[in-house]
Amino acid sequence: MGIVSRGFHSRARPADVKLPPGQYLTEDFPVLSAGPTPSIAREEWEFTITTESGTRHRWSWRELLALPSERPTVDLHCVTKWSKLGTGWEGVSLDTLFADVETAAEFALVHSYGDYTTNIPLEDLLGGEAWIAYQYEGEDLAPVHGGPARLLVPHLYLWKSAKWVRGMRLLTEDEPGFWESLGYHDYGDPWREQRYQGD
Amino acid sequence: MDRQDTTDYEDGNALAGPLGELFTADVTAASGRCAGCGRTAVVADLRVYAHAPGLVARCPSCDTVILRLVRAPDAAWLDLRGTVYMRVPLPPA
Ligand SMILES: [Zn+2]
Repeated sequence: MGIVSRGFHSRARPADVKLPPGQYLTEDFPVLSAGPTPSIAREEWEFTITTESGTRHRWSWRELLALPSERPTVDLHCVTKWSKLGTGWEGVSLDTLFADVETAAEFALVHSYGDYTTNIPLEDLLGGEAWIAYQYEGEDLAPVHGGPARLLVPHLYLWKSAKWVRGMRLLTEDEPGFWESLGYHDYGDPWREQRYQGD
Repeated sequence: MDRQDTTDYEDGNALAGPLGELFTADVTAASGRCAGCGRTAVVADLRVYAHAPGLVARCPSCDTVILRLVRAPDAAWLDLRGTVYMRVPLPPA
């Protein structure tokens, strides 16, 4: 039996990988940020969902960690054209957080510690497609990548996966967030290359 | 909440090229008043976060977003909501 080369066990080579249009593959994890990295004490951290009728659901850090977690492995696609494949996360599914939330709203405006916002249709946050993630590759999520916790919505461009997530408001009418109000696409599907308004 | 990381931004001179595509005057020499704290600063002294889908320039005193610029393929999007005014030095008329 011959020697098995290292390459035999490695992940699919770039040539075998299908990326969304206009994207290139990266192995590192670039840090993108529109402002200073906030430092948030876990004792003061909270996540809230406020419905269209004003009902507020709140979780402390301890309450979040007490919920059942999932460990999704997902591909990330940034609108600045890099893609990173097979990233491992741990967090709580939005389905779990929404279990007791009564709403007829179709839209969510997600907000973060700092002044960042992003808008996402509610149906894109449900159905096992989105998480509040607090671990990355087995470690606590680093502040530069959005720790203590970030939203993870990997089927949309990464600007939708708000770092330092703090909560969301449920809305009956769509309201554009930080980048969506300045030329970026309202929905941001990487496979349809929805980078800018009009794409 | 306080903040850490003070190495993730550049100074306002990073705006010279991108804004030079829109304005003939050198806007980095302009001074403006922050809508957040009222401090007046020259554009060159703003903190520019460039590792992002667009350029985000913040007040060096209070971190309010003074200016945002996105260069889409067929247009530039400029948001000056954090600026009360901007004074742009010009040659004598
Ligand atoms: Zn200010």
